[in-house]
Amino acid sequence: MADALTAAYALRLGDDALILSHRLSEWVGHGPELEEDIALANTALDLLGQARLLLSHAGEQEGRGRDEDALAYGRDVLDFSNLLLVEQPNGDFAQTMMRQFLFDAYAVELWPRLSASCDEALAGIAGKAAKEAAYHVEQSAAWVVRMGDGTEESHDRVQAGLDMLWPYAGEMFAADEVEAALADKGIAVAPCELQAPWRARVEPVLDEAGLAPPEGAGTRSGGRQGRHSEHLGHLLAELQFLQRAYPGADW
Amino acid sequence: MSDSERSAGSERDWPLFEVFIRARTGLHHRHCGSLHAADPEMALARARDVYTRRGEGASIWVVASERIFASDPADRDMLFEPAMSKIYRHPSFYDLPDDIENM
Repeated sequence: MADALTAAYALRLGDDALILSHRLSEWVGHGPELEEDIALANTALDLLGQARLLLSHAGEQEGRGRDEDALAYGRDVLDFSNLLLVEQPNGDFAQTMMRQFLFDAYAVELWPRLSASCDEALAGIAGKAAKEAAYHVEQSAAWVVRMGDGTEESHDRVQAGLDMLWPYAGEMFAADEVEAALADKGIAVAPCELQAPWRARVEPVLDEAGLAPPEGAGTRSGGRQGRHSEHLGHLLAELQFLQRAYPGADW
Repeated sequence: MSDSERSAGSERDWPLFEVFIRARTGLHHRHCGSLHAADPEMALARARDVYTRRGEGASIWVVASERIFASDPADRDMLFEPAMSKIYRHPSFYDLPDDIENM
């Protein structure tokens, strides 16, 4: 049964996972330690698995015959609906880990709630993702504390990451008519519901790390509506190159 | 390598940990490799990431490599040679029942 709103919602969550997965995969071969390199790749693969399920579900709900590959490789920047946070560049390891922590703290609140969705497919995906997010947030939080509470240099780097990324956090909790309509039907989680639990997770970690969010920082949003930063186009150029150059190429 | 060189090296590199994985309940932990980590908590997490990617694990132990007290290879003859001539210590003169696993 096709449902355009559910398709849009699954696409948003799927795009978050796909784009963040790609960002993390950029670290492969460049991690600060072999073990961290593999750990980052594991997280990227967890997110890629989530993206595949969510994009497949979005394609089915859309009812226009597009599968996960068509959605991942066949859309342009304006058709992507991921959060601006996840498309931000890796920067240094501290910036990557701060981006991951801000997102993981949101994901770990989202998935358990979404596992009670009336949409059984979404609920199933969410149940799987919840276990992955629980591990992800533990690891990214540990790194934020290690770096914030580490040397002067590591503290400055992770604080700079927080200063840069904090304005993108608010978008995670903003809803438009898609989430509002689906939350009423028990299909989606209302994003605003996640803000207080997210703060309750983030603030103690930042305190322990000796970090403080920038004061008076505005909120940047627009990703859900396809208004992206300059970075997404460059990311997609790499992500989509093969299918653009050799349409339909298969293993 | 002198002691001072070794300690300078250990400030640059994280210490080494040995990783032991138990594949399922009822078996014992087996040594499966080593990794570098800043402390035991990180070693445990990275052991999960590096050594249980294909569902190998039900339990993980990590041990700082420097805490392992090992036999000296030079003592090999003294320690192990005397056992070689005592074949009666092997259970090879008995028929094992088929339903005994993990012998």
